[in-house]
Amino acid sequence: MALRDKQGRPLVAVTGMGVVTSLGQGKDDTWAALTAGRSGIHRINRFPTEGLRTTIAGTIDSVDVEPFCAPMLSERLAMLAAEEAIGQSGLKQEDFPGALFMAVPPVEMEWPQREALAEASGQTGDITYKDLLKAAATGRFKAWHDLFIFGTVADRVADRFGTRGSPISLSTACSSGATAIQLGVEAIRRGEAQAALCIGTDGSVNPESLIRFSLLSALSTQNDNPEGASKPFSKNRDGFVMGEGGAALVLENADSAKARGATILGYVLGCGEKGDGFHRTRSSPDGMPAITAIRQALEDAGVAPEDIDYINAHGTSTPENDKMEAMSCTAVFGERMANLPISSNKSMIGHTLTAAGAVEAVMSLLTLATGRIPPTINYQVPDPAIPLDVVPNVARDAKVNYVLSNSFGFGGQNTCLVFGAEPK
Amino acid sequence: MRDVVITGIGLVSSAGEGLEAHLTALAEDGAPKTDAASFEPFPVHPVGALEWDRQIPKKADQRQMEAWQKLGCYAAGLALDAAAAKEDAALKSRMQLIVAAGGGERDYAVDGQILTGLAKADNPGVFLNEHLMGDLRPTLFLAQLSNLLAGNISIVHGVTGASRTFMGEESSGVDAIRIARERIASGQDDIFLVGGAYNAERPDVLLIYEMGGFLWKKPFASVWERPADGGGMILGSGACFLVLESREHAASRGVKPLASIAGIASDRSRRRAGSVEAALHSLSKQLNARPDVVLSGATGIRGITEEERAALKDIAPNAAVHATADLVGHTVEAQAPTGVALAAGLIAGGQAGEALVTSIGHWRGEGAIRLTKA
Repeated sequence: MALRDKQGRPLVAVTGMGVVTSLGQGKDDTWAALTAGRSGIHRINRFPTEGLRTTIAGTIDSVDVEPFCAPMLSERLAMLAAEEAIGQSGLKQEDFPGALFMAVPPVEMEWPQREALAEASGQTGDITYKDLLKAAATGRFKAWHDLFIFGTVADRVADRFGTRGSPISLSTACSSGATAIQLGVEAIRRGEAQAALCIGTDGSVNPESLIRFSLLSALSTQNDNPEGASKPFSKNRDGFVMGEGGAALVLENADSAKARGATILGYVLGCGEKGDGFHRTRSSPDGMPAITAIRQALEDAGVAPEDIDYINAHGTSTPENDKMEAMSCTAVFGERMANLPISSNKSMIGHTLTAAGAVEAVMSLLTLATGRIPPTINYQVPDPAIPLDVVPNVARDAKVNYVLSNSFGFGGQNTCLVFGAEPK
Repeated sequence: MRDVVITGIGLVSSAGEGLEAHLTALAEDGAPKTDAASFEPFPVHPVGALEWDRQIPKKADQRQMEAWQKLGCYAAGLALDAAAAKEDAALKSRMQLIVAAGGGERDYAVDGQILTGLAKADNPGVFLNEHLMGDLRPTLFLAQLSNLLAGNISIVHGVTGASRTFMGEESSGVDAIRIARERIASGQDDIFLVGGAYNAERPDVLLIYEMGGFLWKKPFASVWERPADGGGMILGSGACFLVLESREHAASRGVKPLASIAGIASDRSRRRAGSVEAALHSLSKQLNARPDVVLSGATGIRGITEEERAALKDIAPNAAVHATADLVGHTVEAQAPTGVALAAGLIAGGQAGEALVTSIGHWRGEGAIRLTKA
């Protein structure tokens, strides 16, 4: 009998997952650290931090790439995560039977490359873009065209794993990883593909990226104790901590997954999204867009608010996000919100930005599989304005059948996903 | 599956503003507007002066955007006007948005000053930190972020169904339209605003393409003539947005469709001699294309441009072939939407019954879009 949801659409199963974070390579390492309440945040060693307001991040320093730059590191993290995910799914590593949907950080040339061009120009006086263009004309920098255009990371991943069709590189800011999964779910439901490879990756902790967020006052400046800086839902939270990460999920039509004897790790039951035209970086004061995204995700999944056992929060540790997220969840879940566990992985791995929605999807599915809820660490000073059960500081065992994962981003992006151990 | 029709077009480029201006320029077939001086030796197709206030009424909003975002926001407003959707707040609050975007835009003066200083600095890392912290405008970041064109369209025009931003140069323009069409055809959504924007008048984008050796550095010549002389592309500033909806949805609003999007196919291949020609044959076969007009996204780059020409001779031997880049320049992410807009205009005006829009990326990605009478 065909596996369909209540709306008659093919059920979407997860058959493979892979992840890399500052806590470890592979989902086993990351999960062990995450459920032990360990932080991956540390002082930045990658570049000098003198003169910066924020000097900490959840960088991934165990992965070498050459030349070192955001697209190369993002590509490598994506490859590692996808190898693990496809390996677990039992599908072939070089002939993936579906499309690639990939959340990638917007890339651009970085300072070491600009400096190399400036030097190659021979200009010893004031340097302008005219000089850089003169150096570019030598043809010596041809490889950097490919390196710094937007489609390259996904194209290389598509080439490596033999995914079908035109790969989609996407950005919905800090909800990008969730959008990649949503696009995969939609493709399978439409019957275009039996499988989709959905990836979120971000290896963009470099001076300019960090400074851009710093200039918007978005980052925590509590540098003295790096492991304690990310404090989602705490009263003394003061901004997010940048993190790096990569996560990949193999989604499959549940019928074809079962037919080939694959192990089903869980289901993506529902997706919801809603735009917000209030402000470029702030959400509507009434919370309606986030509330609508959550309700749509529940409705799409065919579950009621009372079915949700755990919320994997967006929980960035910024004053604004955590307040709005608490308000939006309370609007949907009502009085139950005081006792409904909601925790933030970002308390330990930081905000992995483009990758966050995908990384947190993997953690949500591991919660379903293991019955263990990772904590929100650094929760020492509760915020009385947002009384939540944040699973403070220590992981908890619980029977979890359905998880809601929230992702919100600059530019009015709100994307929510519902995962289930079994279809409802 | 539901039919998907185009009910609104917003278009700005060096050829002017609006669909009519572009169709007139296409019919006149004269030399397009180029600026050979500003970025010498690189010609660009500059966008004409626009009265921003007409589509972006608040000066505060205009100040928050860099040129590519303003162009996109302006064209999005034109498309909403053309589709009779601008004043319908309820409709716009459930309208979905897919934007094909690059990003960036830099403070060129600051970059130059930092590079000059870095060469002499005792401690370059510290110098870089201090100057980025002190000299970057905080809001420049929001004018650089790829998804903030969509964000600005939501803010300025109230299109707030939900937005997704696709990246990846030319392919992102084709795939944005493809995914929107599939979501409408399958019944998931009723109405979309889809498109892209590009600012060519930027040294940083010229730099990327010059590193790769892709730019034409001589006076304007048609894309078809350039390969014999080494080949190359001329970037163009412009933006194009389309309102797509199901035929039933358009009818229920009493809006007349311009054309129907009968099919979209896109793929990637490892490029080698002959792969573009083979891809175009395969795409047109998938689409069952029998066009009497072709809007080609040809770039003028050697090899792939001749291959496209050869493929089109087989696929559409009797069709009129227009290169979009010979009208507006190469607008990268906006190129496929612009081709679709022109094709829809020709079909709506009775000058064609079926059109094929091609998109052969300068470096990767092949796509084709088939349009038919509404």
